[in-house]
Amino acid sequence: MSVPTDHFEELESVVIRFAGDSGDGMQLTGTQFTTASAVFGNDISTLPDYPAEIRAPAGTLAGVSGFQVNLSQHDILTPGDAPFMLVAMNPAALKVSLPDLEIGGIIIVNTDAFTPANLKKADYAANPLEDGSLKGYEVHEVPLTSLTREALKGLTTLTTKEKDRCQNFFALGLAFWIFDRRLETSESWIEHKFAQKPEIAQANKIALEMGFFFGETTEVFRRRFHIRPASLPSGTYRNVTGNEATALGLVTAAQKMGKPLFYGSYPITPASDILHALAPLRNFDVRTFQAEDEIAAMGSVIGAAFGGALAVTGTSGPGLALKSEAMNLAIMLELPMVIIDVQRGGPSTGMPTKTEQGDLLQVLYGRNGESPIPVLAPQGPADCFDIAYEACRLAVRAMTPVVILSEGYLANSSEPWHIPNPDDIAPIEVRHPEGRSDSNGDAPFFPYLRDEETLARPWAIPGTPGLEHRIGGLSKAPITGNVSQDPRHHEQMIHLRAEKVARLADAFPEQEVFGPAEGDLLVLTWGGTFGAVRTAVTRAQSKGYDVAHAHLRILNPFPRNLGSILRNYKRILVPELNSGQLAFVLRGTFGLDNIMPYPNLHARPFKIGEVYQKLQELFSGE
Amino acid sequence: MTETISLELTRKDFVSDQTVRWCPGCGDYSILAQMQKVLPELGIPKEKIVFISGIGCSSRFPYYMNTYGIHSIHGRAPTLASGLAAANPDLNIWVVTGDGDAMSIGGNHLIHAMRRNVDLKILLFNNRIYGLTKGQYSPTSRKGKKTKSSPMGSIEQPLNPLTLALSAEATFVARAMDTDTVHLGEVLRAAAAHEGTSFVEIYQDCVIFNPNEWAGIDDRRTRPDHVIYLEHDKPLIFGKNNDKGVRLNGFKPEVVELGGEFSEKDLIVHDETSQELAYILAHMEHPNYPPPMGVIRQVRKPTYTEELMGQVRMAQERKGVGDLQKLYHAADVWTV
Repeated sequence: MSVPTDHFEELESVVIRFAGDSGDGMQLTGTQFTTASAVFGNDISTLPDYPAEIRAPAGTLAGVSGFQVNLSQHDILTPGDAPFMLVAMNPAALKVSLPDLEIGGIIIVNTDAFTPANLKKADYAANPLEDGSLKGYEVHEVPLTSLTREALKGLTTLTTKEKDRCQNFFALGLAFWIFDRRLETSESWIEHKFAQKPEIAQANKIALEMGFFFGETTEVFRRRFHIRPASLPSGTYRNVTGNEATALGLVTAAQKMGKPLFYGSYPITPASDILHALAPLRNFDVRTFQAEDEIAAMGSVIGAAFGGALAVTGTSGPGLALKSEAMNLAIMLELPMVIIDVQRGGPSTGMPTKTEQGDLLQVLYGRNGESPIPVLAPQGPADCFDIAYEACRLAVRAMTPVVILSEGYLANSSEPWHIPNPDDIAPIEVRHPEGRSDSNGDAPFFPYLRDEETLARPWAIPGTPGLEHRIGGLSKAPITGNVSQDPRHHEQMIHLRAEKVARLADAFPEQEVFGPAEGDLLVLTWGGTFGAVRTAVTRAQSKGYDVAHAHLRILNPFPRNLGSILRNYKRILVPELNSGQLAFVLRGTFGLDNIMPYPNLHARPFKIGEVYQKLQELFSGE
Repeated sequence: MTETISLELTRKDFVSDQTVRWCPGCGDYSILAQMQKVLPELGIPKEKIVFISGIGCSSRFPYYMNTYGIHSIHGRAPTLASGLAAANPDLNIWVVTGDGDAMSIGGNHLIHAMRRNVDLKILLFNNRIYGLTKGQYSPTSRKGKKTKSSPMGSIEQPLNPLTLALSAEATFVARAMDTDTVHLGEVLRAAAAHEGTSFVEIYQDCVIFNPNEWAGIDDRRTRPDHVIYLEHDKPLIFGKNNDKGVRLNGFKPEVVELGGEFSEKDLIVHDETSQELAYILAHMEHPNYPPPMGVIRQVRKPTYTEELMGQVRMAQERKGVGDLQKLYHAADVWTV
């Protein structure tokens, strides 16, 4: 079945969305489809989209849960703009997804769910399957529920409800048939997942197979599609979400430092999955600590850092707001730690399950006093691994807290990760001053004596004889660290802390530019907007537009060459999922007046098409 | 920690080079002096001792101890101490806090450190007033207390630190007084010896903003008639001439004179392991009762770090010490 035949239409890329009620198992269906495609060798990119409520009323528009996957034989950077195929488990799912669907796209609907009651819940005045409103799409009406029940009628021990829960696997099997995917990965997943419930495992496997066979035996589906494996660099791959990659990066950094990983955190969407990924890794000496609140999580991380562990906390914007006082203590103590902010729609509790880049100014400036903190931002799910490792490295190098600005989009989306050989990853050098025998002698230990190159202070950990010292949040004298209200000391310490953060630019690569090194337009991005913008810029370049793209992975300090890069272009466009925060910082930092903010406040990722259109507008306006 | 080693440490080893700056006559001096007297006796290497504090007069404490220490932020000392204990389970960690720091802004952290049974010694200096912010009522101030922020008298019910600690399942709960230095030393030793969270309320005198708070019980000469010193397995007897005791009348404790109607066998016998008795004792407040001094409750339970490191060891035995190669490949993988 994996051999393409004349019956298959070759596609280079395809975007598929599974949408249903939040109880329909759509995230699972999408993940299974993704894994099968990834294992087949396609490049993939996914976008889960689910409601903030655990279970919004069944069948309503608020309860629609969707999972979009883009699979391709090329290197792709986004989950795709418009689905080519939609699997809609009920009328609400159809209604929510239809505006995104490609014109002429394929729709598979579960007709069993198109009851008058469900149509009413989805605010449909008439049945869209009957009123002609789906004209222009290729609609397949499949009674998924009754077909699944029929397929499972032999399993007498199961209730109808349990059987109905398998209908997502029926739909998955059908999708597998249409897109020429193999069933094996999902079958073994089912066996593993339901090892304790063999009858449930059997039911899901039957549903999966029957969905596949339904495609094969029914004349209804005339079209099948094939997407060749992508020509990715050779190596071993797996699928990772941003949160999984972050967790892997942290564990790697801890191992590369020879340290226990302490992860103190308070559950919050969309950061909790980092905690979930780390908690089972006790055999890596991962010490997860579920704190009583965000403040406690931050405090515990400071204590753990003082104690010599690799200390990390993860949260989302509202949680970071609570942490800010303790973050400033960490800055004054000059201890290494990593603080992850998986941004979501704000302000306040905002949109917990939607993405945004609205916390940039919060992490740069949202604390009292002069409080410089390094900020790194991953550009894709797999990049979260590298950024997590880098953040740990920089934190230890400069003895400072470092922030990772991730995003809900990156956290939950997935893409193939080229699995590195851990032996090829550089160790992170950690220096602890050695103990002294003259502990009761006259030579005091100086906790704020700095390394000449990095300006880092020594990381002397409790338990080391002769290095006893006290640190705190009050202003202090240089070198001794003793409490000091001397204005010159205060000023000097502010400069030193700022300078050591600035010097991290020496430990990070210079900014690269994709496209011409000077010219008309530079598009400058950070974070998860990378994929859509890079793809749009590539398209624009192929049309002959004079446009370049630079993507920032470190937002404080800026790369040393950023200023000179910016001055090489007539215009600078800064697309962001906020009202123009990076653009504001750049204008202030570099005194430029040719920076054009390109804000997006929809709490969803940019689409390639809309960025490309923006570029077209900029060039046609000349 | 149970094994005593001779380290030849003296009080001087624990005195830092910083000038102590509390108000003349402040009770903190006495507590600092006792701490510096007790620590050399414990057989714990000085470098393993850490003092962590929040904000307030008492929280200057770490600066004056020649050990490791952090002067942190308001109310958060237990959180830093918990993270430190998890990172470095061998340390001997003391949290120094006041009634405002621990019970108001830090109330949440205090109860959670205790319920986790983190191996911390928490010393709560209770003077029932905000000293550093110049004299506002605190969460332990008596109802009706007139201060700058409560000119007509506080209308809030005070918290009882001991019952709060008991409710949070603290495994060691004790009380001492700044002026009763010998007994304070004993309680500090007992707290140091306990594995798990030790919670010690220390009645402390703020001579500036609340000077008469402990009147009646802080005077050395009259104290024996007004407080009761607890000893495990011993009846609750007090008084200069051991002529008074506490018995249970139904569910209520009752102070009785010995020698007449009541004798020693009528009295409550102190049992450090009894949670029920601990609540009764913790509710005995001056002036209605002689407030109990000493160890109110002490039970041994696994500490947070014992459990945490136990899980690390168990996971390593079951799955082997973490191997990154295996971790990276623990998913559906494919090779190009």
